[in-house]
Amino acid sequence: MNFKKAGTIIFAMLFISQYCIAQNDPLIEKVSQKLALVDDYVAEGVMKTNVSFIKASLGKVKVYFKKPNLLKVKKEGGISLLPKGGVSLTINSLLNTKQYIALPMGVQQFNGKTLTVLKLVPTDEKLDWVISTLWIDPATALVYKTFTTTKDNGSYEITMEYGTYANLGLPSKIIFAFNTKDYKLPNGITLEFGDDDAAAKQNALRNKKGTIEITYTNYIINKGVSNSMF
Amino acid sequence: MRSIISFELYKIFRRPRTYIAFGAIAALIIVIQFGLKVDGKSYADFLMKDIKDTLSVDGNVLNGYLICYILLQLLLVHVPLLVALIAADMISGEANLGTLRLLFSTPFTRTQWVLGKFIAASIYTIVLLIWLAFLALFLSMWVFGTDDLFLMKSNYVVLIEKGDVLWRYVGAFVFASFALLTVTSLGFLMSSIANNSIGPIVGTMSAIVFFTILSTLNIPLFSVIKPYLFTTHMNNWKEFFDIQVNDNNEAIKGSILNIAKIKTSLIVLSAHIVLFVGAAVLITKKKDILS
Amino acid sequence: MSVIKVNNVSKHFGSLKAVDELSFEVQAGQVFGFLGQNGSGKSTTIRMLLSLIHPTSGSIEIFGNSIQSNRNKVLEEIGAIIERPDLYPYLSAKEHLQLFAKLRSKKITPSSIEDTLKKVGLKDRAKDKVKTFSLGMKQRLGIGIALLHNPSLIILDEPTNGLDPQGISDIRNLIQQLAKEEGKTILVSSHILSEIEQMASHILILNKGKKIADGPIQSLLDPNKMVVHITTTNDEQAIQVILAGSFSNYLLKRKEGIYLSIPHFEIPLLNQFLINAGVGLVSVESKNSLEDYFLQLTSNLN
Repeated sequence: MNFKKAGTIIFAMLFISQYCIAQNDPLIEKVSQKLALVDDYVAEGVMKTNVSFIKASLGKVKVYFKKPNLLKVKKEGGISLLPKGGVSLTINSLLNTKQYIALPMGVQQFNGKTLTVLKLVPTDEKLDWVISTLWIDPATALVYKTFTTTKDNGSYEITMEYGTYANLGLPSKIIFAFNTKDYKLPNGITLEFGDDDAAAKQNALRNKKGTIEITYTNYIINKGVSNSMF
Repeated sequence: MRSIISFELYKIFRRPRTYIAFGAIAALIIVIQFGLKVDGKSYADFLMKDIKDTLSVDGNVLNGYLICYILLQLLLVHVPLLVALIAADMISGEANLGTLRLLFSTPFTRTQWVLGKFIAASIYTIVLLIWLAFLALFLSMWVFGTDDLFLMKSNYVVLIEKGDVLWRYVGAFVFASFALLTVTSLGFLMSSIANNSIGPIVGTMSAIVFFTILSTLNIPLFSVIKPYLFTTHMNNWKEFFDIQVNDNNEAIKGSILNIAKIKTSLIVLSAHIVLFVGAAVLITKKKDILS
Repeated sequence: MSVIKVNNVSKHFGSLKAVDELSFEVQAGQVFGFLGQNGSGKSTTIRMLLSLIHPTSGSIEIFGNSIQSNRNKVLEEIGAIIERPDLYPYLSAKEHLQLFAKLRSKKITPSSIEDTLKKVGLKDRAKDKVKTFSLGMKQRLGIGIALLHNPSLIILDEPTNGLDPQGISDIRNLIQQLAKEEGKTILVSSHILSEIEQMASHILILNKGKKIADGPIQSLLDPNKMVVHITTTNDEQAIQVILAGSFSNYLLKRKEGIYLSIPHFEIPLLNQFLINAGVGLVSVESKNSLEDYFLQLTSNLN
């Protein structure tokens, strides 16, 4: 064997191993341990859809979760609008797979807190996300923000606020933010003619970001949730 | 005047031609409902193509409330033509038949006759609208079920909660009655001028088509007259299905975005009704009955 | 008492004078015949009586009330049929009567409706739609509608139009009965002069919108004058002879045949004149009828 070649291989392994060790990052472990306390929950909440071209009122929702990553948001009667693929990207679904490498990216200020920033890179090709960034409070092991890029459904930013259920890592409020495609239906379909300022209205609604907020009012934790709910 | 109204209503509902409109509306609605029941998913998917890329829509989108809205959009453009069939025949049809001289030599003034006939024609119009409402709304609700109303307009989407929909349809149908009564009164006016029915029926339909084109064309030259055309206001029943939002972009339940627009339209349509019927009365009073 | 009083009524349609300063009166209980050629103004006058047409000038009073200012009150007491009987083809005879009964303030009972149907001979066809009726049956129904509310004044414009001889006779008898037994005032217009002669007690003759005769039939038909119809072997020669002689003023314009309106005592002189002139006289027929009077009048004017 060529010594030069051997040396390159050893160096690469050491380099990689340094990052592999990051999978067992203590902060991630702390977060996972907190999340492990919750096997399932049924949460009641109020959902607000804030997309420039959608007018919708607040709606009561129920959120069902079951380990490792089953999640369903159901509106209490009625039509619900949820970010495609984004809702399922909770901390639980990201971390419970254990199929990722965690890369430390330093610290950042967010909402008055100094948060540790970690990037998760999935090791399993079958996962539907490409990369995810987490902003974690090292003191409480609570995740305040994630930014995840999916394979098929674009990128989603999720911010969380905590209250009563902080000790279990369950947020009191969760906000999904995403980029929206411009919305337009031809007048021949909607039969809306003669609107003189249609162009101006259309321009006002272009290229905006959308958010969907769920404010949780109540959690029923570890009482069992049937798989039929998903 | 009650005797005139019951006299006219008896004739209207004994005449086979009257039921053409009822049959046509029923056939149209049932065919569209059947089509949407069988293949509504592709239609809904087409409507939501811009939304489905970023949002998943869960629930019964193609429910009875949306079907009714689609039906009203289509039918309330064409039902005026069916209304014209009866309204434009009310006086000229009698002249053509030769019965007008029989009626005008009874102990009622011509004003009483004209108003009585108009009221009878209006009752027919309202009954037709109720029939449309029954089939478009209640039959759709029965066939397709109910859920929130997910309205996809040209530039934005309105999501109205299930419990907030029905009263809007009541308002929309009341508004639509004013729109159709305007057509009734126009047909009536045309009918008072001619001595046969073809002219007034074609004239009423032509006027509606002509003014509708002026109302929908976005040409600055016509923007001066547009606010005064009844066709500009006829489709404002849709305003019942647009809601206000607060500063947080949350839709306000039970609200209407532009209630002033509805009020203005009702005033304009009412003014047209009064104008057309008033003109019909004057013309009929002055003319010599030679038929 | 005058039931109808027409004072200097005119009706102009543009430059056309359809009725020209017409005045006449119809007394209570009369059967008043209204005569005139087509376009003479009869229908226009009748329509003015019923306020279907507005007079250009003049006034009309019926039952002492102005038709313009007391229209509804006046029309309550009039039953009319105007020209051809136009009705609703999709309604039955009975439905027509039931509907028109609703338009009267007098209460009209179902038995009245049955009586009316019987009176006009439509009892057996009461439930049949009018579109299946002949012209005569429609005429009967029109008369039925006019009589339904028992009016004091009945205006009949061509009431025997389209009727068979039996039907004509029935209507004539009905009119006479209404006048004599029920005291109705009847104004009837017709082209069938022989019918008017049998029904009416008074007549008015219109020509080009103007009144040319008005009064009781018997006083209008001059017993001293006869209308004579001559048949010859050579009518052309006979006409030339008459025109050349002193009887030329008596010659009436007719499409066919030779007619003269001649004093009774001059008929033998005429016969002698024609024979002396070499005219082959075949027959001389004389009569004194309303038709002849009407033709004489209108011929003189033309």
